[in-house]
Amino acid sequence: MQYLPNIIFAIALILGFGYFAKNVKKLIRNIKLGQDVDVSDNKSERFKNMARIALGQSKMVRRPVSGFLHVIVYVGFIIINIEVLEIIIDGLFGTHRIFSSLGATYGFLIGFFEILAVLVFVSVTIFWIRRNVIKVARFWKSEMTSWPKNDGNFILYFEMVLMTLFLVMNATDVHFQAMNSGNVISQFIAPLFNGLPETTLHFIERGAWWLHILGILVFLNYLYFSKHLHILLAFPNTYYGKIKPKGQFNNLEAVTKEVKMMMDPNADPFAAPEEGADDEEPAKFGASDVQDLNWVQLLSAYTCTECGRCTSACPANLTGKKLSPRKIMMDTRDRLEEVGKNIDANNGEFKDDGKQLLGDYITNEELWACTTCNACVEECPVSIDPLSIILEMRRYLVMEQSAAPTELNNMMTNIENNGAPWPYNQMDRLNWTKE
Amino acid sequence: MSDLLKVPTMEEYMAQGKQPEILFWVGSAGSFDDRAKKITKAFVKILNTANVDFAVLGTEESSTGDIAKRAGNEFLFQMQAVTNIEILNAYEVKKIVTCDPHSFNCLKNEYPELGGQYEVIHHTQFINDLIASGRLKVDGDLYKGKKITFHDPCYLGRANNEYDAPRNVLKETKADIVEMKRHKRTALCCGAGGAQMFKEPEKGDMDVNVLRTEDALETKPNIIATGCPYCNTMMTDGVKAKEKENDVQVLDIAELIANAQGL
Repeated sequence: MQYLPNIIFAIALILGFGYFAKNVKKLIRNIKLGQDVDVSDNKSERFKNMARIALGQSKMVRRPVSGFLHVIVYVGFIIINIEVLEIIIDGLFGTHRIFSSLGATYGFLIGFFEILAVLVFVSVTIFWIRRNVIKVARFWKSEMTSWPKNDGNFILYFEMVLMTLFLVMNATDVHFQAMNSGNVISQFIAPLFNGLPETTLHFIERGAWWLHILGILVFLNYLYFSKHLHILLAFPNTYYGKIKPKGQFNNLEAVTKEVKMMMDPNADPFAAPEEGADDEEPAKFGASDVQDLNWVQLLSAYTCTECGRCTSACPANLTGKKLSPRKIMMDTRDRLEEVGKNIDANNGEFKDDGKQLLGDYITNEELWACTTCNACVEECPVSIDPLSIILEMRRYLVMEQSAAPTELNNMMTNIENNGAPWPYNQMDRLNWTKE
Repeated sequence: MSDLLKVPTMEEYMAQGKQPEILFWVGSAGSFDDRAKKITKAFVKILNTANVDFAVLGTEESSTGDIAKRAGNEFLFQMQAVTNIEILNAYEVKKIVTCDPHSFNCLKNEYPELGGQYEVIHHTQFINDLIASGRLKVDGDLYKGKKITFHDPCYLGRANNEYDAPRNVLKETKADIVEMKRHKRTALCCGAGGAQMFKEPEKGDMDVNVLRTEDALETKPNIIATGCPYCNTMMTDGVKAKEKENDVQVLDIAELIANAQGL
């Protein structure tokens, strides 16, 4: 019986990490549903981007208030989690504050953690106020209702509770308070529990300790279902993010092949297809569903934390159009999850469900409202490129469905016929010199 | 006057067995749009004043295909690109300058993968270089004391990280440069990009160009400076929508320099 808590602790750890690992596997499987894309180039530049943008939070602080608060929460969360190491060792081996033998260093560390815990708590509270009291506009756009809205608040509550538990755990730890080293904050919380018998204090301390570690395990497993995944995926996403000039849109190789053939005077249009070419499915141009997007775009969908900086800078959205770059990313993730569940339910094979990203999630109206201005790409603090998804879907609309707006079809016919978007003759291109 | 508007073609150069210093890519707007043609002419005057040895493709030039690409028509884009590249390569073009940031971006970033490798420069960069190297001197006082705000074109700014060249050139006019609250990388689009120029906008509360014009008018400018023929149209329309056309002018940087010099 003596080892019961250790056993329960070990089981909780195994369950917590096991379920998380299972979902990570699913996450990777889903991301790999995307098309292959070569991102093996420029490794050093990519590392630099990851170090600067994800680790260094360089784009977060462009908006100073939320950026500063975010840095506190980010740094606080990472550093305070060092404490988890001690909790795990204590939990598994039945020790108590195993690192306290470090003496003054331990006191310094815990003291530092306590200060950070308060700072995190305060920052998270301000975040909550920004969302729910001040109602910062980007948190109240039409895509931010129901789950996305609650998700944002749940994360904040989680963090408030975890920080409180950490401080209460320290405050009610009689030995720790007696050491009087490192209890910079908790010494002021301890008096709240004055007069309670030592057994009750011990009970509260144990309760806080258990809830703290269980809370962390629950939070870890919450990630997969939440926009909060960004705390992990921001790193790969900034690594694999676009490194070419923002204005450079990718070249469609499948089209290049066909164009080269059309332009080649020696090509025989009636030539029999090469051996084996029959088996090749003709390339699909653009994207109508998540499997047509590349895996970096799918990774980005899981990385998006729905902060809405993109949408708040989007000229279409600012002028009341339906397009919201954030919604493009949220829709992509939702559809990808749906496809993933479909695969799980059908023994690893995707069964056509009569739905797709285009139409069922993202409408033509949204796609055609984009000015390709790159404001969303510039804004994203984790290097997501919503514009690339919009472009792939426009490609599908135009090249597979001939479903461009009429005026655009006219424009394209003009380019085809006269080499200009207007109906002017190419032979008149130099007329301006004579006017 | 006519000397200032001398526009040789690549064909003429080739006939003389010569190669110009630079190819001026006029672009579809610059060739056909009445407002943009004025920008084209202003830039030609600057080129001739600075004794730049340049030529145009003239009737051999065709749309870059940029708009088709943004609209999703990769086929049409690549057909245009391959055709243009064939001509550019036949003339052994090395260096291109253009007044259109969309052509600039497309030629610079999207032609290389299809076999077109050129040094591509936006006209604001080129004018900036001409001034820096002393080939062009701006000494008129026409705009001294005037308030000018510059609207960053998306395809020059965010798309290609060029924010300084147009501002450096503007400083030469001795005008007061005032920045809008959204400028450089946070600049708001004029509303024309991504093929929007050629269609009605989707349903919304207002037009993008009007919102952007409001940004500009907040700085109480005498002149809104642009570096893109499409931005120019959008901002001009925005100023009209705000009924400010008698107080505020919309001018391209090339026009400002040409006017300042009395060209």
